[in-house]
Parts: sequence; C-alpha cells; structure tokens
Amino acid sequence: MLSSKAPRSMATRLFAAGAVLTLGAVSLSACGGSSSGPSASGGSGDEKVGVSLIVKTTTNPFFVSMQDGAKKAAETDGVDLKLAAGKADGDEETQIQAIENAISKGDKGILITPNGPSVVDALKKAKDAGLFVIALDTPPDPADAADITFATDNFAAGELIGKWTASQLGGKKATIALLDLFDDKIVSVDYNRDQGFLTGLGIDTADKKKNGDEAKTGKYTGGKGGEYEIVGSQASGGNEDGGRTAMETLLAKNPNVNVVYTINEPAAAGAFEALKSAGKEKDVLVVSVDGGCTGVNNVKSGVIGATAQQYPIKMAELGVKAIVDLAKTGNKPANSAGLDFYNTGVELVTDKPADGIKSITTTAASDICWGK
Amino acid sequence: MTQQQTAGPPSAGHADLAEEFLDRQTPLSRIRNILHRYPALSPALVLLIAVVVFGLLNDRFLRVENLSLITQQVSVVGTLAIAQTLIILTAGIDLSVGAVMILSSMVVAQLAVNNGLPAPVALLAGLIVGLAAGAVNGFLVTRFRLPPFIVTLGTLNIFIALTLLYSNGATVRGSAMPGLLTWTGTTFPVGGVRISTGVVVMLLLYIAIAFILGKTAWGRHVYAVGDDKEAARLAGIAVNKVLMSVYLAAGAVLAIGAWIQIGRTNAASPNAGVDLNLDSITAVVIGGTSLFGGRGSVWGTLLGALIVGVFRNGLSLAGLDVLYQTLAVGVLIILAVSIDQWIRKVKS
Repeated sequence: MLSSKAPRSMATRLFAAGAVLTLGAVSLSACGGSSSGPSASGGSGDEKVGVSLIVKTTTNPFFVSMQDGAKKAAETDGVDLKLAAGKADGDEETQIQAIENAISKGDKGILITPNGPSVVDALKKAKDAGLFVIALDTPPDPADAADITFATDNFAAGELIGKWTASQLGGKKATIALLDLFDDKIVSVDYNRDQGFLTGLGIDTADKKKNGDEAKTGKYTGGKGGEYEIVGSQASGGNEDGGRTAMETLLAKNPNVNVVYTINEPAAAGAFEALKSAGKEKDVLVVSVDGGCTGVNNVKSGVIGATAQQYPIKMAELGVKAIVDLAKTGNKPANSAGLDFYNTGVELVTDKPADGIKSITTTAASDICWGK
Repeated sequence: MTQQQTAGPPSAGHADLAEEFLDRQTPLSRIRNILHRYPALSPALVLLIAVVVFGLLNDRFLRVENLSLITQQVSVVGTLAIAQTLIILTAGIDLSVGAVMILSSMVVAQLAVNNGLPAPVALLAGLIVGLAAGAVNGFLVTRFRLPPFIVTLGTLNIFIALTLLYSNGATVRGSAMPGLLTWTGTTFPVGGVRISTGVVVMLLLYIAIAFILGKTAWGRHVYAVGDDKEAARLAGIAVNKVLMSVYLAAGAVLAIGAWIQIGRTNAASPNAGVDLNLDSITAVVIGGTSLFGGRGSVWGTLLGALIVGVFRNGLSLAGLDVLYQTLAVGVLIILAVSIDQWIRKVKS
C-alpha cells in the first residue's frame, strides 16, 4: 500500500511543481520581454510609437537580419517594437493574426514581408484603423495593399551581375545555365533577377516578366560582345540541394557551360558542388544575388565570381524610422524615382572589378553583410 | 499513517475498493476524482487563470474588441478541432483535417468564381468533397484495418497534392466570390461589440455535436468504441459502421470549416493551413480529451482552442517574441497530457 501510494503522490507533486513553474516562467518571460525592450513603462506614461515587424519566417537568416535591424532602430528611436513571423514560408494565417494583434495593440504602423495574397484583407483592416503599412522586401499582391514597399531593385541587381559577366567573358562565347527559383509558380524576384541578368549581359529578354522566353542562341552585346547559347532554365528552390541538382541536370544537357546565373547564394554553392564533381569549377563564371555573409565568403574564396548584395537590415531600419517620422512629423516616405517602390540599394561584390562597373570588395562587403 | 487508513475499513476486502476509499482521503485525489468526472474542468480553470494573468499584463487584453478578436482567430482551428475530437474519441487521429478543409475551400471557391456555379451549389460541392475525403479515410481505417495515423498521413499528402493540382497554386480572392461564400467573415454588432458570423457558425456546430455525443445512442457508441473496441463489439455495437460514420461526420464538419476559413481570410488560398492538423490536435489535447480514446468532450476542445488563442494573443500583446508563444503552447500540451495520464489512474 505504502509503496503503491508513494510514487503517485510524488507524481502529483511533480505536476504541481511543473504547473507553477510554467506559469511562473510564462509570466516572468512576459515581464522580461516588455522590460528589456524600450517600453519598460508598458502602456502607461508617455506613449511610445508602436511598430510590429511581421516577417515570413524566422528560419531564414535574411529575415532574422531584418529583425536585428528593426531592433537596433527601435532602441535608438524609442520605439515599442513587436516581432512576429509565420511558422513556415506561405503561412498566411499566423501573419493575419499578427496584423490583427497589431491593430488591437494600437500600433502606429506595420512592417511586413507578406507570405501570400490572403494577408491583403487584414492589411486593409489595418490601414482602415489608421496604421501605416510598409512592405519590406516583397510587395503584397496587389501592391497597393501596403502604403509603400521598401525593397531591393532585383532587376538592377541582376543587371549588375550580367554586365560583370559580359566584361569577364571578353568576347568569348557564353554557354549559359540559368538556375532560377521556381518552375511551378511565378514570383517577381525570380523573373526580375533572371531577366535583369540577361539584360545586363546584352541579351534580348522578350517579355521582361517571363523567364525562358528569350532566344536560345544568338549574340550578346555586353562587354566586347559575342555569341551565346542558353542551355536551359532550371528551378533550384533557392537552396544548396536544389542548386546542385539543377546544375547537374544542365551539365548533363551541355557539359560546356561556362556561365552560371543563380537566384541566390545557397543555390550558387550547390551549383559549385556539381561543377566541382564534374571537374569544371575552374573556367566557369558563377554569379548570384543576395550578399549574405556566407555568400560574400564564397565570393572571397572564388566559389562565386560576383554577387549583388542587398540590405535587409537597412530595409527594416528605414521602415522603423519611416513610421517614427510619420508619427512625429506627419511626413510619409515616397517611392524612388522611376520605380514603384522605395529602393534600398544594391552593390556589386567582387574581387575582380571590371572597368566601368561600380563594385565593392569582399572585405568591404563583409562589414555590411547580413546573417553573420 | 497509511497503514492506519487501510486498517480503517476491514470489511473492504477488494483491493480496488480499498484504493478508491484511500483516494477519497487526500484532497488531491478528491480533486482527481472531480476532474475525472468533469474532463472540461481543468481546461476551464487554465483558461480563467490565463485570462486574468494576461489581463493584468496588458490593459488592452480585456477589451471586448480584443476578446472578440480572439474568438475570430480560433474560429477555423476550433471548427477543425471538432472533427479532430470525434476521431480522437474513437482512439484515432486525423492528420489530414487541414488538407481536407483546404481542398474543400478551393473547390467551393473555384466552382463559384471560375465555373460560375451558384454559391449554394458550390458550397454543396464543398460538402461532398469533405464527405468523400472522410469516406476515403474511414474506408481505409475500417476495411484495411490500417492505423488512422498512417492512413491520414498518406491522405494528407494526397489531399495537398490534389489541392495544388486543382488550383494551380492560385489564390481565389474573396472580392470575386458571391456574398454567401464570404458570409462567414461578416460581422454584426451585439451591444457595441462586433461578433463574427463564422464564430457563431462554429458555436452552433459545438452545440450540435455536443448534443449528439451526449444525448444519442450514436454518441454513446462513439465513446464505447473509443474506450474498448472489443468490448463494444461484444456488446453488439457495429464497430466499423460507427467508425465510418465518425469519419463521414468529421468530413462534413471540415467542409463547414472550409466555409468559415474562406470568410475569415476573405480568400481561398491553397497555402493556408500549414499545420492546422497539429493545431487542432493541440486544441483537443489541451481540452482534456484523451488521445487513447473514449474520454473527453467537445466543450473541452473549445476551451482548448480558446486557451491556445488566448496564449498567442496575450503573449503577443505582452510583447513576446513569436517563438516564445510557440514554446508556451508546447509546454501546455505536455502538461495537459500529463494531467490526462494522472486522471486516468483513477480507473486503473
């Protein structure tokens, strides 16, 4: 009897302890969260500008960098910043809830990288409630669901690496492999970078919003100009694994590939592995877009020839500042000239600079790269 | 001490009786007996404490608009959790609830918008999709005697693929749909607060299913099958028929969930419901329904869904990172299952 009872009361004690601990932990961390932030006084006292940053996921260093940038700006500007994120890429429901919570909280503005078109309705509610909505990196669909978008000019980013490639070729024939993002859906970043690259290289892209509709052979006009052949466009999913598989497929189609465009640096790293195992990594120009710290290191070590660097930290910092500005002075941010968004800038990163193309070295790029 | 207590009733020869008698002696076991009798009691207490704590942490939390918002945020997962409860009561589990709901919502939206069918016909087609999906799950569970976990893991992937094939990955916007489809997203005022129609539909479903489970022979059969399949069979219950009807009922509930989802997001998106299956299981488990079947109630599930909603909203208003919200939900799940195990010891 005694022995059968003892463990049970032990278990019940463990439970009570567990329950108390949890509640304690939750309330403690809740307090810790609000007091460690700039809004130690909570809702009372002088009203701080409330801003919610809602990113796609927290599993991607690009968005983690965005959060870091926003936190830094929030500290200097005395902003009450709340962070939220989808559970996975494409998780619209969690983002909708975060938007609703931002309205409920009484925030002045929302910074969001939308996970899909379903968030548009919630964004409209936010705008109706008087919140200023800034899209970061990705414009919502339709774009006017946000008051303004702060983003990288992805077409310009593609153009930079295209021009650089043309100058490196020095008139040689270009046998081009294109490692895109998707083949089952159309997203703007995908065609803007791909078509920008071809434009920079001096190839007529036909429809600028469509990958793969350009002539497969012909002449490129960039640099000294010369003949080109496009081996194919292959989806990489934007990751190492997909990049490797896509490169292998294209190498099987044509082993003479000497120019590889990649949608981002993880795909480039995967492509390089495929080239290495085929013994072709020496004479191939691999170009990419992103400027993450890992990617910049890959440029330094010669895996990638050149990359176009974008600035998520700056995007978030500018976003927070814009909402503070609006709250204090009533000034709204405006689009960059000639674009339908605010351009947060892009730089060509390479250690083999080309004449007439502005670039920065990998050492300089390492200081401002994201995802350290 | 214990020795004396056992010595107290010398007439109680049977060990179980003695045990039961002992249980009544300590306050903790008295609590356990009460919790065993009313499975919805512990989630109700957790909800009450959570609301009070979050109300103290942020003065905006207890505003009626915010409380109304929480009910809207749980309306979809709350509806899916009804279907999940039905299946878990039979000692099964359904990983495909979210996928079935999304498939149904895409069919409804596409038929109404792209094929120009009248809204009621489109909704009926959505209901048929839900029932068909339930029938597939039920058929595989009863005829092939496959474990529900495996069956629904398989159909989860199948339904996701069908959704993407059917929709080409495209979202259908609410603005293009007939009003009836997004009716569940409309709100009406009740004394200054705006209540969402979708929430009312969900609550009506809870009332209906609670009544059916509690007051009909079918409901008692569901519990009997979940408690002990073999005993139920020996008692003359057609176990397979009951199981099949449970999967069909779940499918119908999911189709209604699809309607609520369309209204809630004012769109039908093939990317929605990333892990609604796990969220619905979370609500059921936190609501005190036993994963081993035969014990629990839909009211507990409603409380479970509300607890998750209150935690997410409350922690968010308190300014906590989204990862801590997920962490808190994880702790809640383990606590809830531990409490269930502890309560179940009353029986053994």
